[in-house]
Amino acid sequence: MNEPTIRRRSILRAGALGLVGLGLDRNFPAWAQKGSAGLRASMPTLTGEDIRLRVAHDIFKVGARAGHAITINGVLPAPLIRLREGQNVRLHVENSLDEDTSIHWHGLILPFHMDGVPGISFPGIRPGTTFTYEFSIRQSGTYWYHSHSGLQEQIGHYGPLVIDPAGEEPAAYDREHVVVLSDWTFQHPHRLITKLKQKGAYFNRQKQTLTDGTMTVADRAMWGGMRMDPTDIADINGSTYSFLINGHGATENWTGLFRPGERVRLRFINASAMTIFNVRIPGLPMTVVHADGQPVRPVETDEFQISVAETYDIIVTPTAEQAYTLVAEAIDRSGMGRATLAPRLGMVAPVPMLRRRPILSMRDMGMGGMVADGGGSCPPEHAAMGHCAPGQPATAMRHSMRDASSLPANVKIGVGVDMIAPMPVDRTGDRPLGLEKEPHRVLTYHDLAPLVPFPDKRPPARSVDIHLTGNMERFMWSFDGKKMSEGAEPIRFDHNERVRVNLINNSMMNHPIHIHGHFFELVTGQDHGHPIKHTVNVMPGGKASFDLTADAPGDWALHCHLLYHMHAGMMNVVKVRPLSAGDAA
Amino acid sequence: MMRILAIAALIADAASASAQHAGHEANMHAAEGASQLAPIAPSCSPEHEKMGHCARPSTLPPAPAVPRPAISSGTPLSGPEHAADTAWGAEAMAPVRATVYSEHGSMRTGKLLLDRLEYRAMKGRNGYRWDGEGWYGGDYDRLWLKSEGEGSFGARPESAELQALWSHAIDPWFNFQTGIRYDIRPRPHRAHLVVGVQGLAPYFFEIDTALFLSDRGDLTARMEAEYDQRITNQLILQPRAEMEFAAQNVRSAGIGAGLSSIEAGVRLRYEIVPEFAPYLGIEYQRSLGKTADFSRAAGNDVSGFAFVAGVRAWF
Repeated sequence: MNEPTIRRRSILRAGALGLVGLGLDRNFPAWAQKGSAGLRASMPTLTGEDIRLRVAHDIFKVGARAGHAITINGVLPAPLIRLREGQNVRLHVENSLDEDTSIHWHGLILPFHMDGVPGISFPGIRPGTTFTYEFSIRQSGTYWYHSHSGLQEQIGHYGPLVIDPAGEEPAAYDREHVVVLSDWTFQHPHRLITKLKQKGAYFNRQKQTLTDGTMTVADRAMWGGMRMDPTDIADINGSTYSFLINGHGATENWTGLFRPGERVRLRFINASAMTIFNVRIPGLPMTVVHADGQPVRPVETDEFQISVAETYDIIVTPTAEQAYTLVAEAIDRSGMGRATLAPRLGMVAPVPMLRRRPILSMRDMGMGGMVADGGGSCPPEHAAMGHCAPGQPATAMRHSMRDASSLPANVKIGVGVDMIAPMPVDRTGDRPLGLEKEPHRVLTYHDLAPLVPFPDKRPPARSVDIHLTGNMERFMWSFDGKKMSEGAEPIRFDHNERVRVNLINNSMMNHPIHIHGHFFELVTGQDHGHPIKHTVNVMPGGKASFDLTADAPGDWALHCHLLYHMHAGMMNVVKVRPLSAGDAA
Repeated sequence: MMRILAIAALIADAASASAQHAGHEANMHAAEGASQLAPIAPSCSPEHEKMGHCARPSTLPPAPAVPRPAISSGTPLSGPEHAADTAWGAEAMAPVRATVYSEHGSMRTGKLLLDRLEYRAMKGRNGYRWDGEGWYGGDYDRLWLKSEGEGSFGARPESAELQALWSHAIDPWFNFQTGIRYDIRPRPHRAHLVVGVQGLAPYFFEIDTALFLSDRGDLTARMEAEYDQRITNQLILQPRAEMEFAAQNVRSAGIGAGLSSIEAGVRLRYEIVPEFAPYLGIEYQRSLGKTADFSRAAGNDVSGFAFVAGVRAWF
């Protein structure tokens, strides 16, 4: 069942650099080959009831540089696993590393002891051993899999997982491509987190300067007074990362083929360690049909932001015999992943320039509850109605940015908490950070309506608040002020209870929060229903709530999916009890 | 998956009272109907709602009297503390669990910073200065070493000190530091107890203050403040000020009671990479009060400018 790897000597690129003969081989899975015609039944794909995966050290090349990677079956991204709803699967994972590894099946509903988080769901996979995951497939859609050990995910240990529905596919298409977005570094991942601990905002090379004129003196003083940086958008960014699409850098230009008139389904997976992307295909409207593997009512948009660990399936219908550029721009505009959709390999379309980096607003500080307090809380629609003027001087300095009085006693307000959002508001309807003023359509969570309503109609019987907390300067991250290493108290749910979880972001960064083993309804308050997701991006200084049916007994990880936030402590365990007999058979 | 969820819900329901079951089902149908009819509504943000532009459906309904579904296998929240122990055994899980907890948040790091390593051109004598620190530890507690000193070329260093401190984070930005300082120069050697606070003040001022109690009982203090003004992301102007105080005359060191000396300078550095930056600067130094008197008596200048050139580096 091993996917035959197709070795491709990068003759063109190496030749251009005069390096013929020195160019390293690099391996891509068939679906990620440049010029891929899309996923085909005839294509070598890992499928069936027994699937073998081998995790090993490897060399990976981007541009003219090679670096250390951890790959699965010798390819990066890891092979596509394609399953069918209702089947059983045994995944045999061989660890050829000299350290423990693991695979977490991101978004899959499975027994807790098969979830793949060392120390929480199983003991991990020791070097030189093979571990067999076995479970039945109870869902369909676009998912992915990745290491949950250390920082392995950063250097290649991730791949796509597509499950075909047992019944009819709700979103019809003629051709499909998997689009795996990721961030690659030639540095050792531990070095990256060390830099962040040594110097806050180390990777930010777009800080404000004396003369850049993006802020008034009063605004600057206010930010300085808080010891906060309004340009702190991404902890690690293009100053270090190469942004990859299906393992290809921007100049390598992964190209997916189509025939004009076809409905082309693109299965986007953000497998980055740290990078939130803004995705657009200039000239092609995109119809979103799935979010986090779950079907949504088709909604058309021109741009969407995909947070780390989210998946979106979109359908585009290019009718012209021309190429289109697929742009995945890093949220802080420090770089982009670029790919091409074209009728033939070699065709290219213009590549748009990086847009100006955004700066944070009052709303990102958690002052969203204040009316007309500055540019941030004055969305374009508002300004158009004359309700407020963007860029008004800030009036909120009198609000303490670290007033603990509104927080419950279980939140530890210590060294690890540099900010408490004074007036956080629900931001699930906000346009994502940096896209507030784009003239075209931008997807928000409010646009997502489930195609199949969530089966559990009970209103939540209780609510649980989880505060997202951190210290930008010391690079500490936690829930409720306690890092996982500080023995954070687990979150306990009664089996089958219906609970509302409120995520309150007391920081000025986005946090994609992911819960294992469950889907939740993201509370958007929209009449068309609440989208069903496994990961929600909580915007800076804002709130997001989800309703969860705790129907999966066991222990499950809950964490920020920014890899280094998790590594710094932003993780906890959810315990659903009681366990019923046979849960861990 | 949805089917499975529905089945799970139904099974749970089956165990509860039939009246509840009927109510639940009716509820379910009603909600499904509503959901299918509803059009995709444009966003209604809270501010909008406040202004009366639109109405958002109540997002958090009042907590209703929803009975917990009956669960066959026991009382709520009961069961083994660690689910995975039931599948893999407590022995196999315990060490890995300890690792996963410590791995997420307890990493130790270190840093060596040579803040100033510079050549100083002054009237009559040219000299050098170093000022650096290094630390190792976790987020809260660190071993912190500091060293600084200066001298003229062709002579022994005028001052050279080394501090070894325990540093403990007291708030998001500041560390309390205590330990010992040892003066290698001037002679005779002196040891001091050190108590200080170092960190980042509002408006991004880097502050380092400390009290020193010497082995002869002399109490002195030092305050340093610096600020990085970015002209570009690589070209940085750093104003810096330092003041020294003494509670009494320390004749052997030529220090008089009160504010004994001040130093104020600016350095313009260019960060080739964040870790390495050459700089140029100018600094004004002055001894004050009794200290100045001692200095004059020793035939030294009490004030003067220095042009400096050096490097700032860390790793």
